[in-house]
Amino acid sequence: MSIEVRIPTILRPFTKDQKIVSATGSTLAEAIANLDEQYPGIGERLLENGALRRFINVYVNDEDVRFSGALLTALKSGDSITILPAVAGG
Amino acid sequence: MSLEISREFVDAILAQSRAEYPEECCGVILGPIGSGKPVRMKPMINSAHSPTFYEFDPKDLLALYREVDEMDEEIVVIYHSHTDTEAHPSRTDIAYAGEPGAHYVLVSTREEIAPQTEFRSFRIVNGVVTEEIVVIAG
Repeated sequence: MSIEVRIPTILRPFTKDQKIVSATGSTLAEAIANLDEQYPGIGERLLENGALRRFINVYVNDEDVRFSGALLTALKSGDSITILPAVAGG
Repeated sequence: MSLEISREFVDAILAQSRAEYPEECCGVILGPIGSGKPVRMKPMINSAHSPTFYEFDPKDLLALYREVDEMDEEIVVIYHSHTDTEAHPSRTDIAYAGEPGAHYVLVSTREEIAPQTEFRSFRIVNGVVTEEIVVIAG
């Protein structure tokens, strides 16, 4: 089972500049763990104390995962994950 | 390093910052991918509606990136206003800065310099802030 993951510019140094990579997993947490196996270090940029970082937005099939169970969001083959850094500040 | 930007965009950003005062205003200027030229301004809604914080709504953010991809554009400028402090990236701005290729433009509408305003541009890469020269054309 394969899930497409869109990587933002700021994390492309981890993926050798690839914009779209693939991952496996039946939940978002598993997919991130799998991404981190393929691209060591990327997981830490997405997670903090076991939760998604505040300034990272993750979408599954264009739905913000904050409203679909966050890391427990279920995934199936063919799903698409988009990761975007928040545009925010003080 | 410098930012070349038209007078029209500078005026539009300052006008938006005044119109949305006392909330911070925000937006982007897009340009053809690889060009580094700001050609299409897109004001965004500050979903925080705050005088001390701004954030693009996550839905708007996704729509923006989809649009940028479809139009073969890139985000050249990310701008926001400071309502009570100078036009310099705050600690929060630096912590959140996620577009190493963008010019981070800050304007200030703080009272002590009124009716003057500030318009400054920075690069924020890996937590390091570098101010750049702003060249206003036309």
